[in-house]
Amino acid sequence: MLRKKECVAMLLAGGQGSRLYALTSNIAKPAVSFGAKYRIIDFPLSNCINSGIDTVGVLTQYQPLVLNEYVGNGQPWDLDRTFGGVHILSPYEAKKSTSWYKGTANAIYQNIRFMKMYDPEYVLILSGDHIYKMDYDKMLTAHKETGADCTIACMEVPIKEASRFGILNTNPDGSIYEFEEKPKQPKSNLASMGIYIFTASKLFKYLEMDEQNPASENDFGKNILPAMLNAGEKMYSYRFEGYWKDVGTITSLLEANMDLLGTVPNFELRDKDRVIHSRSPLAPPAYVAGEVVNSLIANGCDVEGRVINSVIGTDCVIEEGAEVIDSVLMGNIVVKKGAKVSYSIIDEEVSIGVNSVVGAEKSVACKAEGKTNGITVLGRGVEVSDGATVAAGEIVDKSV
Amino acid sequence: MNTTVGVIFSSINDERVPELTRVRSTGSIPYGGRYRLVDFTLSNMVNSGITTVGIITKNNYQSLMDHLGTGKEWDLARKEGGLILLPPYSDESEMLYKNRLEALKGSYAFLKKCNQDFVVISDSDAVYKLDYSKVIDYHVEHNADITLIYHEHESDSSSYLILDTDEDERVNVIEINAKRSGVRKHYMNVFVARTSFLLNIIQTAIARGYASFSKDILLPGLSTYKVYGYKFEGYYSNINSLESYFKSNMSLLDKNVRREIFGDRDVYTKVNDAPPAKFTESSKVKNSLIHDGCLIEGTVENCILFRNVRVCKGTVLKNCIIMSETYIGEDCNLSYVVSDKDCIISGGRLLAGCEQKPYFIGKGTRI
Repeated sequence: MLRKKECVAMLLAGGQGSRLYALTSNIAKPAVSFGAKYRIIDFPLSNCINSGIDTVGVLTQYQPLVLNEYVGNGQPWDLDRTFGGVHILSPYEAKKSTSWYKGTANAIYQNIRFMKMYDPEYVLILSGDHIYKMDYDKMLTAHKETGADCTIACMEVPIKEASRFGILNTNPDGSIYEFEEKPKQPKSNLASMGIYIFTASKLFKYLEMDEQNPASENDFGKNILPAMLNAGEKMYSYRFEGYWKDVGTITSLLEANMDLLGTVPNFELRDKDRVIHSRSPLAPPAYVAGEVVNSLIANGCDVEGRVINSVIGTDCVIEEGAEVIDSVLMGNIVVKKGAKVSYSIIDEEVSIGVNSVVGAEKSVACKAEGKTNGITVLGRGVEVSDGATVAAGEIVDKSV
Repeated sequence: MNTTVGVIFSSINDERVPELTRVRSTGSIPYGGRYRLVDFTLSNMVNSGITTVGIITKNNYQSLMDHLGTGKEWDLARKEGGLILLPPYSDESEMLYKNRLEALKGSYAFLKKCNQDFVVISDSDAVYKLDYSKVIDYHVEHNADITLIYHEHESDSSSYLILDTDEDERVNVIEINAKRSGVRKHYMNVFVARTSFLLNIIQTAIARGYASFSKDILLPGLSTYKVYGYKFEGYYSNINSLESYFKSNMSLLDKNVRREIFGDRDVYTKVNDAPPAKFTESSKVKNSLIHDGCLIEGTVENCILFRNVRVCKGTVLKNCIIMSETYIGEDCNLSYVVSDKDCIISGGRLLAGCEQKPYFIGKGTRI
């Protein structure tokens, strides 16, 4: 029997995530920690396996070391398969030319042979920048029912934010008559989520045509989708309703973390039918002796101080007399005695010295202007010495 | 250390903690908020460089098999060696084994096939951290036939073997199931021997119809074999009753014990995905271990909560061990309770035991 896969997923994970500043100095955006024990890439990968898609190409380019190690053989997501499974696809040297991935479309184009190995009917294109739970199988069913050549997942966004997105203008039956990439005057508030299903033969055809066009930026939103629309291919929108958050900025990353808090949170991770899988570290349960209010604490933590409205990642130590408020601690962080951390995002392996002060109270800090709207950011491995102060809104990637 | 093979008895002490072994073997008793007892011995072996481990099972081993799987979590999913389950009835014997020696007979073929020079034979009823390669070195230095690992502590009610040694640590007295007071040398139910020596013993035992390892081999062997003691000086906790199970778990609330056992993050166990533990506006937690997946709205003091335990508003838990997937409704008051997995305790219940006699709730109970 000739083996094939009906649908292959291609996950664009090469993004630098420059608006996350110090958090992506050394790692790609999809590898950024989220929600105390996850990385952003856990969400699309878990969505794939929960939707019955077991063949995923992960396209990496920028700082892939952490991401490669994290994805590994795909075992945490049940994606270690003898046929299919997860594969890291990095740019490679070819006989005629060697090139980096020039754009999203070019990245997929360079891996046409990978997709063809599985002889798929459909290709699902995903990005590694979003926090959401979605059943791609429902979207695939819709794609088949409409007989579309391309289906774009979309959701309604507030109209004033619409100009940040690719906007779909649709007919009442959901078919798309116009696609505008980041329009100044949006005609609708239906934003593309960057999730596409293509009928494979069409995708391959348009990728090859796009590659022949030297003027093209080789980008899905700017080139492939408009080209297909102009040529009269059947393109449909697929409405998604539920939690979906782009975590491309410091502010949105903090918000998304905070959306997990509360008995009835904005985004629920506790439902058992769509588990988000991750590579769980080997830590014992968290030891909690201090005061913990409205927060998440991952395994391996040792909390003797105060933690309020915060998300504390694996293996963090909050010593007696230390305080962490309205903050995200990613993992392997020590907050020493008397230190105070407010309204901050702290990357992994950071040490915060005795009686030091990081950030300022949310009510004060959030009024600050600047790149992070008052949120203080400490990059990976930073050491804050005893008694030091890091002002609100600062981005620190060297020890202070 | 690829010169050593490990053998673990997963079920030999089942009758000691009947509450917890009703639905499982000793090796798969849940422990410390996340682990199973076998994890400690197995991780010790793996961290000592042992890559071939046979696990002797008896009845009730479904939960153990589920836990161990292919051995991947212990890096024991190997082409060469790895984790091998040795269930009963897997050789020509028609009886279910009754003791250690009969159990070892069942692993004869497994050991015979291994080409490792040394063997570590251990029960899975204890929590400690020891690099067995040090014991092997000691065994070789002393040119011993058998090295028994022991720990010196105040005697409790049910010690299996109490040893005495001369100044060279050679064992000269063994007392079986003795009631003794004072600080004694307690055998930790782990010994080291050369594989060839052990195979000889097993063959002799089969030929002569011996049944008991301690009575028929060790005791008469003190004069003929070179039996040495290896003194283990770290933290050691043996689980031989519900009371000791309770105490042992609670000792993990001591920072020094946690540091010794978990400090290197090398106690391996099966991974179950659960979201991080959630604390709400109303939660108050003191001196407790809380595993991922818990949702705490009430008060929790001096407790160990396993995965996915929910403590509702107004409920107070003190000195409790609550195993995974348990729901405790609103306004309950529980103290000195050991609750097995998958229980539901409805709102308003008052349940209390005491330190010597924790109140036990069996697996899947609804109260």
